[in-house]
Amino acid sequence: MNTSVRRVAVLGGIRIPFARQNGPYARASNQDMMTATLEALIGKFSLQGEILGEVSAGGVLKHSRDFNLTRECVLGTRLDPHTPAYDVQQACGTGLEAAILVANKIALGQIDSGIAGGFDTTSDAPIAVNEDLRQVLLEINRAKSPAARLKALAGLRPQQIVPQIPRNSEPRTGLSMGEHAAIMAKEWGVTREEQDELTVASHRNLAAAYDTGFLDDLVTPFLGLERDQNLRPDSSVEKLAKLRPVFGGENGTMTAGNSTPLSDGASAVLLAGEDWATAHNLPVQAYITDAQTAAVDHVHAREGLLMAPTYAVPKLLERNGLTLSDFDFYEIHEAFASQVLCTLKAWEDPVYCKEKLGLEAPLGSIDRDKLNTHGGSLAAGHPFGATGGRIVAGLAKMLKEKRSGSRGLISICAAGGLGVTAIMEAA
Amino acid sequence: MSDRYQQLVNTPIGKIVSKQIGLPAPVKLERYERGQPVIDGPVLLGAAPGGRLAGAAAQVLAAVEAEVHTALEDDARSAAADAGLDAQVWSAETADEEQRFKALVFDASGIADSTELHHAYAFFHPTIRRVKASGRVIVLGTPPDDASGPRQATAQRALEGFVRSIGKEVRKGATAQLVYVGQQAEDQLESTLRFYLSPKSAYVSGQVVRIGASALSADGIDWEHPQAGRSALVTGASRGIGRAIAQVLARDGAHVIGLDVPALQSELEATIGELGGSTLVLDITDDDAPQRIAEHLLEHHGGVDVVVHNAGVTRDKTLGRMSDEQWDMVIAINLSAQERINEELLARQALRENGRIVCVSSMSGVAGNAGQTNYAASKAGVIGMVHSMAPEIGKSRATINAVAPGFIETQMTAAMPIATREAGRRMNSLAQGGLPVDVAEAIAWYASPASGGLNGTVVRVCGQSLVGA
Repeated sequence: MNTSVRRVAVLGGIRIPFARQNGPYARASNQDMMTATLEALIGKFSLQGEILGEVSAGGVLKHSRDFNLTRECVLGTRLDPHTPAYDVQQACGTGLEAAILVANKIALGQIDSGIAGGFDTTSDAPIAVNEDLRQVLLEINRAKSPAARLKALAGLRPQQIVPQIPRNSEPRTGLSMGEHAAIMAKEWGVTREEQDELTVASHRNLAAAYDTGFLDDLVTPFLGLERDQNLRPDSSVEKLAKLRPVFGGENGTMTAGNSTPLSDGASAVLLAGEDWATAHNLPVQAYITDAQTAAVDHVHAREGLLMAPTYAVPKLLERNGLTLSDFDFYEIHEAFASQVLCTLKAWEDPVYCKEKLGLEAPLGSIDRDKLNTHGGSLAAGHPFGATGGRIVAGLAKMLKEKRSGSRGLISICAAGGLGVTAIMEAA
Repeated sequence: MSDRYQQLVNTPIGKIVSKQIGLPAPVKLERYERGQPVIDGPVLLGAAPGGRLAGAAAQVLAAVEAEVHTALEDDARSAAADAGLDAQVWSAETADEEQRFKALVFDASGIADSTELHHAYAFFHPTIRRVKASGRVIVLGTPPDDASGPRQATAQRALEGFVRSIGKEVRKGATAQLVYVGQQAEDQLESTLRFYLSPKSAYVSGQVVRIGASALSADGIDWEHPQAGRSALVTGASRGIGRAIAQVLARDGAHVIGLDVPALQSELEATIGELGGSTLVLDITDDDAPQRIAEHLLEHHGGVDVVVHNAGVTRDKTLGRMSDEQWDMVIAINLSAQERINEELLARQALRENGRIVCVSSMSGVAGNAGQTNYAASKAGVIGMVHSMAPEIGKSRATINAVAPGFIETQMTAAMPIATREAGRRMNSLAQGGLPVDVAEAIAWYASPASGGLNGTVVRVCGQSLVGA
């Protein structure tokens, strides 16, 4: 048994442009998008015919038939079919969690290489049958005689035809994620202007990342879409100010502009041990140094639903002997502009840091010029499972371009009061 | 004693009419009831940068389990964190229209010159209209005498005008206070802040009080029963304000020794009997009264912890018409007797360590009043006595202070002519008369073993009367 821990290299990643709901990918399934993305990654790193340690991927909105979706995707690619695969699901943290799982196996020497990915379609969403109808149909299925079947069939009622469409709401509070974020924004006194400014920065940074060619080898066209559909390079605070609030009531500060839209897309990242990378002549872009998940009690303690990363990051920093200012890049997933701003305010706040995080002093501030420097989810869109892969791949390249030893922090909030965070360092 | 006007304007029609024609609108003030929290509602705590009192204030707010709000990046927020307060975030920009506060507490001690008074403006401008009924505005500052230079002294002195004006602007029974906390006196803030936050200070507004350093500590005090194990002498205890004082001190855990003249013995015994106290019947103007009081206290109680000089009379006449007797009687009872009793108690060391002398002065003593040259002189003399004796008494680790009641609803005021009475009632920021209990609560605050930082001070219980400064 291997008792040493190996460094986990990020060799690179790729994604398809993210599309808005019912946009160009309206008829594409999760499997279509993920397979295409894996194919692009295989092409980029010449992985055809390779047996990888594993492929781990997942999404939030899945059909029940997709119980083994990632494996099905692998079988549809040029990877050797002997490559194992499994699905992961942790709401918006799915993509990063998949990367952590693969990375940990590599670190322990259980595998030498793997792909972490994620996908989501809000267009080709599963529609479930009405719960009453489901019970009747199951009863019919269980019935052993024609008479019993007929009896069960007699239980059918017209209203049972109404299907169940997936809702973006928290099971235990009944509130949508946007409503939860609006509560947080209110609690933290986050203004509309701050949110709109962050949104504009996201669009400008992403537009610049396209214009400078940074994204040329990170994004591959799909179904005619070449750039993220949601990107508005000419976005401005003035334009955003015209939008009506969609969460938090009439006087709410959250709009369709400073909240991420429902979107479709997929991403994938290639991870490996250093020996495997050398053997395959693939340069290491960055290392996944450490990771931490956390959760808040949004149900009983009424903590902010999307505040879990505030708990995870201090643990991560302490374990690695770092402070919040020791990073060259901060990739904070912009589920909502308000979520990012609440997170930053919380880390600067002596009360929150002491009462909730148990810290003697505030965690500190970050240099905003280092935040989501190549765009964030507000501009790119946020196919739930695909965001982690987008961030890991982008950050790896940013770190490689910055300098050896440069460091980046990833923070992703997720439904259910979850947070997934990680540290990456340049090779 | 009933205030018919107040009852009338608080009827639905009365409210409409009084508003239309701009009559004063006195509300029913919230008053303390046993077991009630110190403050029932959210408190907004703020601080000018570089202040030294937000920490002490935050600790008190934590101790009274107040729901505290602070602005992000306000010095008060670090103070709140240090005090272990899970303070909510206040933002004037994003707050709900309906957000209201029961108290606004602002540490102005960081204000170092007049330009920085803007911090006080900035804190109160968006919040002053969010004060609830019977709410509290409390500004903490540095006594101008303790300031580091003329500019700081000037700015700190400016707070007086600021706070007194707030007292006149806030409505619905809300009050405003300025508390000057001397250097090294930060640990003495608690009893005063608790008093001003609570409904106990219902009829006190527009006051400026100075807290000084004190070696006396109130560690481990039971705030529900601060007088537990202490004895308190109350003169004129059988009726009116004196009776209320006896009741409040007994509520606070004191053994009350009620004193009154022989003519009121049965009333005294009834009042004090209910409180489980003891009585002392004598005329304080008798030559041997001070000795008899001291001996009684030493013999039966081993000394005394609290002395309340409440006994007083009026004999009103304009000076030209006033008789010798009228002059002499008022001065003898209201002032000379107090002096003689104090001297005797101190000489016999009957006032125990952490003892309290609390005198009852009067608004007339502050401002003067036609027909009351005798009374006003006696009551102004009480203030002089408090000021002049404070250093001496401070040395024996005790304090002396005075309360100066304004218009208090008693049998005495009920007997006034209606015009005088109505003028007295309305000419203050709360547009109503106070109750005896309001005076008693202020006395109990001074009498508390935690109030060692208050010595030689006078506070008015007058609803911020227009009369006097």
